[in-house]
Amino acid sequence: MRTLTYWQAISEGTVQCMERDERIFVAGEGVDDVSGSFGTTKEAFDRFGRRRVIDMPNAENATAGFAVGAAAAGARPLVVHVRADFLFLAMDPLVNMTAKWRYTYGGDKGGVPVVTRGVVGRGWGQGSTHSQSPHATFAHYAGLHVATPATPADAKGLLVQALTGDTPVVLIENRNLYQLTGEVPVEPVPTPFGVGRIARPGSDVTVVAASLMVHEAERAAEQLAERGISAEVVDVRSLRPLDEGIICESVAKTGRLVVADTSWARYGFTAEVAAVVAEHVPHALRAPVRRVSLPDSPAPVSRPLEEAFHPGASTIVSACLAVCGETAAELPQLADVSAGFQGPF
Amino acid sequence: MASTRARLIRDMVRIRTVEEVLADHYRDEQEMRTPTHFSIGQEATAVGVCSATTVEDWVYSGHRSHAPYLAKGGDLEALVAELYGKEAGCAHGRGGSMHMIDQSVGFAGSAAILGEMISVAVGSAWAFVRAGEQRIAVTFFGDGAADEGVFAESLNFAAVHRIPVVFVCENNLYSISSPLSVRHAEGTSVHGRAAAAGVRARSVDGNDVFAVHAAARDAVEHARRGTGPVLLELATYRWRAHVGPGTDHDHGYRSKEEIDSWMAGCPILRAADALRAEEPDIDAAVEAWRAEFRQEIHAAIDRAKALPFPDTARLLDGAYLPAAH
Repeated sequence: MRTLTYWQAISEGTVQCMERDERIFVAGEGVDDVSGSFGTTKEAFDRFGRRRVIDMPNAENATAGFAVGAAAAGARPLVVHVRADFLFLAMDPLVNMTAKWRYTYGGDKGGVPVVTRGVVGRGWGQGSTHSQSPHATFAHYAGLHVATPATPADAKGLLVQALTGDTPVVLIENRNLYQLTGEVPVEPVPTPFGVGRIARPGSDVTVVAASLMVHEAERAAEQLAERGISAEVVDVRSLRPLDEGIICESVAKTGRLVVADTSWARYGFTAEVAAVVAEHVPHALRAPVRRVSLPDSPAPVSRPLEEAFHPGASTIVSACLAVCGETAAELPQLADVSAGFQGPF
Repeated sequence: MASTRARLIRDMVRIRTVEEVLADHYRDEQEMRTPTHFSIGQEATAVGVCSATTVEDWVYSGHRSHAPYLAKGGDLEALVAELYGKEAGCAHGRGGSMHMIDQSVGFAGSAAILGEMISVAVGSAWAFVRAGEQRIAVTFFGDGAADEGVFAESLNFAAVHRIPVVFVCENNLYSISSPLSVRHAEGTSVHGRAAAAGVRARSVDGNDVFAVHAAARDAVEHARRGTGPVLLELATYRWRAHVGPGTDHDHGYRSKEEIDSWMAGCPILRAADALRAEEPDIDAAVEAWRAEFRQEIHAAIDRAKALPFPDTARLLDGAYLPAAH
């Protein structure tokens, strides 16, 4: 199979879905500009022009509402935010309308299958309001599907599922994954929501991860293997629906759980996964659950502060050693996966 | 009495009668367990505008939803059943008074959060244009919703893309108990804001149903021609409290004299006055309509109360599609 980068996979999935469904249009700030949302909307603009790839005013609240109204009238909007933090300006239409439309009008009037992409900036001093990954925020509300694709194949497959399904979807993409390459099916094959993936099999400890942390966990697993510890990495793919089965089966096998996220611990993804395990397989745990998440402060800008702020493979290694009862060892620090990133944006 | 003008009066009488009876039952029974915002006194805006639309056009509204719903032709029995939380309600008891919908007549939905349906209506009208259809969307909202940022965002986008939408601001002077004077700068107006955004805007006497109807016909035609969005600011007045069946003249934010002066300018009385020379029997007709609609709403209430509640086993239905759970 041929390989694509993560951003190419998104671009290809978008174009293929637009070819097959005239109702799909892309809307977002600067989606038609030279960078084309990190390349993801560029080919769509070149192919379909400004009638279907629409540069929007800086009006995130109204844009999300337009998407609801357009979807109610039969269109298929794909709204793109090159910084996910701007989604907070769209919270009302996303939470109060997009998520609730089908239910609130009785369940039989149709839904509003709006697809919303948010790109997480993280790194290069993006700071407190350009680094956030709000996947758990949206996953809290019944009615939405929320996914954090970690691989090029899933970046395309989950987008294809979103654009061909009837449920509104929020896709959170970590910008640091954009240059990642991987095998991607040529055809627009949907990746179903709610089906996790064993990114790496193992038997001593389970690392459940989302988005970028899947790769950090895989790198951690390599280092752990050198110490004789076999870590199983579970990529949940989607937070809602959450594949509880794959998580619980893995923990039942390993007896140990580390949950790794790109966001904060409180009331977040790591808390949810820990709760699922506590509810379904509490007796399987041979050690307390450890969570790898952001420290409780906003993201800083200064390089050393930023490097100290974001957890990575080394943090996951330490957590896995702890739940395995191993003393913290002097292990070489692993560089951040985005170490090669060039500024400014 | 089948003239268009008489029909407009009849439609207002129906909404007034329905809401007055509903308010009485709401107060006395405490069985309609849903926050309800009556339009009593504001019937001319809904009737005047909706009568200028076709069944293919979509109408959205805010929380004060009953009048636009009924004026667009929404099913009365489904409205009443919804207020009583019954499965036969227009939203099967999931939405309540603020989430009315009747897609069969083009009442596309109402919402509780201020300003939401302003952007949603723009989006639907945008989709109509994209699909090459000649339909338009209308959105009802109050002066309170005009405070919201989404109002400015929506006006701007509709103007930039010449979206076939008619914004209908029912300016009843108060956002709950907050007067316009503490929310909008002196010398400004809702229609002025729309004009500044490049939206064709008009201010109309919202208690003159004939003037509203004429302005709405012009606005709908303008939007449908593809010549751009229109905003109508309709001056009107709410007789009851912001929410619920009661009055609020003793709440201290508006005077009894002010309320009385607006009640004297009742849109039904004014329309009947204007029509009397042409239709000498209009007063008898209004009385007959009142009796007819009292009977209709009482029957609808009796039926709704006898209907079953939703099955609690179906509590989750509609949150997700069956396959998507």
